[in-house]
Amino acid sequence: MTNFINSLGIVLFATLVYATPLLYGALGSCFSEVSGVVNIGIEGMMTAGAFTGTVVAYFTGNPWIGFICGGLAGAFFGMLHAVATVNLGADQTIAGTAINMLGPGIVIMIARVLFDSTDTIPLTASQKIPKLFAGMFDTSTVFGRFMDNVFANYASTYLVFIAVILVWFVFYKTRFGLRLRACGEHPQACETLGIDVIKMRFLCVCISGFLAGLGGACVTMTISTQFRPISIVGQGFIAIAAVIFGKFRPQGALIGCLLFGFCSGLKVVLGGSSSVSMHLISMIPYVVTIIVLVLFVGKSRVPAANGKPFIKSK
Amino acid sequence: MTKKKGFLDVVSENRFIHILLSILLGFLVGALFLVVMGLDVGAAYGRLINSVTSLKGFSYVVVYAVPYIVAGLSVAFSFKTGVFNIGAEGQFVVGSMAAAVVGILCEGLPKPLLIPLCFIAAAAAGAIWGIIVGILKTRRGINEVLSMIMFNWIAFYLSNFIAGIPAIKNSGTAEATKNISDNASLLFSKEFIKNTGLAPTANWGFIIAIIAMVIVWFVIEKTTLGYELKAVGANRFAAEYGGINVNRSILTALAISGALAGLAGALQVMGMGKRISIFSSQEGFGFAGIVVALIGCSNPFGVGVAGLFYGALMYGGSKLNLEGVPTQLINVIVGTVVFFIAISVIFENIKRFKPRPKVSSIAAGKEETK
Repeated sequence: MTNFINSLGIVLFATLVYATPLLYGALGSCFSEVSGVVNIGIEGMMTAGAFTGTVVAYFTGNPWIGFICGGLAGAFFGMLHAVATVNLGADQTIAGTAINMLGPGIVIMIARVLFDSTDTIPLTASQKIPKLFAGMFDTSTVFGRFMDNVFANYASTYLVFIAVILVWFVFYKTRFGLRLRACGEHPQACETLGIDVIKMRFLCVCISGFLAGLGGACVTMTISTQFRPISIVGQGFIAIAAVIFGKFRPQGALIGCLLFGFCSGLKVVLGGSSSVSMHLISMIPYVVTIIVLVLFVGKSRVPAANGKPFIKSK
Repeated sequence: MTKKKGFLDVVSENRFIHILLSILLGFLVGALFLVVMGLDVGAAYGRLINSVTSLKGFSYVVVYAVPYIVAGLSVAFSFKTGVFNIGAEGQFVVGSMAAAVVGILCEGLPKPLLIPLCFIAAAAAGAIWGIIVGILKTRRGINEVLSMIMFNWIAFYLSNFIAGIPAIKNSGTAEATKNISDNASLLFSKEFIKNTGLAPTANWGFIIAIIAMVIVWFVIEKTTLGYELKAVGANRFAAEYGGINVNRSILTALAISGALAGLAGALQVMGMGKRISIFSSQEGFGFAGIVVALIGCSNPFGVGVAGLFYGALMYGGSKLNLEGVPTQLINVIVGTVVFFIAISVIFENIKRFKPRPKVSSIAAGKEETK
């Protein structure tokens, strides 16, 4: 029983740690997709955020400045994507593919100049995003250790749960959110009602990049303390998958991300007692997703105008 | 009324010129980065050009290009048929895995039997990978982009798992499989390579790539099947109304696209790879295929040229370290090229910048656009 509770604590901790960056990315993806712009460049934006966050935290010594700058770096690439897709009506998949090449390409080049290596210098404890409630629980008891594992978590994790609620509120309870969703469903109708579709979408894609950048920064500023070219390998795509999984709703994406996080967490615990191949265990999150999709979720309805460039009528 | 086309009109209308301009801009942005970083642009680009223009260098480029071209064909085929095959990566991986497994386990077979067998195994594996996604889409309505992303990772870990099975794994310390049998290898003979001075990995793969290009072109442009697939891609409801079985078309398109990606994987293993490694991250041949398809405008022969271009950058890029330039420069260049291809509408608007024409020709212009 003690072992079980210990393991459960570790699994839940790992779940939250893995789910956090995915959630930031997924919230970003929600903003873009719901407003009608396919953003396949989340991966590139996360890479930019991961690098910038670490570097700024390293040079300023302040993790929060780093974290925000990570977001801004993501927002910069979001803006590039917005200029291409929203203002110039570019094919959104092509532009996103370009972002996925440019993001890592540019930051790794900068890393080579700054550090003479493709990796950044590891952050010290004070440069990392702090853990909240660390030391609040008595780790000598089983229950205390469990609580410590689950709740003494990085501040970025707490922030992202607040962000999910915020985004849900903005999407479904505010005028801005209604307009945002309308832009993704029927932009022409929005325009006739005097909503500036171009401005809305531009803003949403930038927000999308900002959130993805924060997600990237979470990866390199919490568990891992340095940026490496393999820091962001596929999280951006998994975040997009979580959004489709969650039927383009922030609360749905939350479930998708937690599912991924949980399966990755299982991997950590099961991997320790490796009687089964590590590679097969690593496959679990992806197989589970497919199974859940087939059994419970099924068809996800894409916003009607998603992927279609909006051309302002004269 | 025919209007004489000025230079800017040609520039603004010709898709090929847009791509050339994008490539030019890609190199310009790359140069900008080099300057900002205080590196020698001439040395970097000189190295890039020198390393691919010698006979040996060019043969390397072709060797590099073959899997990119065939993966690009896979994605281009999917674009034509209205699905975005972001799953080419996974199909490539299962293809290379299948070819490696057959090439290792069936080493007793003679060359004329083993090579086709490897190709068939790889294409079948890729096709199955595509069809699974297709069935999930047509039967259960599951978004194909989502399941393709999942299957990319499943393929990745499956390949790693199989590469670690004792019968297949290298007996040494390398985290890789054994080398495939010589009878499964597409390499030119050693004497031929020695006499001609080609790259040591020069192989027959390019012939397969050319055949694949021609077949894809023929299927898309000249057959009923191709017509139906394109019709579904253009407007599935109209196609359905016209009596085309849409679900079957989607499955066929994904199967063919998957088979091509699988074949690309086989070419990589049977050409220069010889074996598959246990990787820590995805290799990205499938994603490169997307880029190649985009640069090649999804035209099979365009994809051929784009694949060579990409191969040249990849091979040349691997030599950049010699000049102290990060290899990542290539990603910046290619990313910029793709970005400008995405916004090639700006090139279409170039003609707006020409001197204001006379009133009559404005009227004529309006006539044409209507």
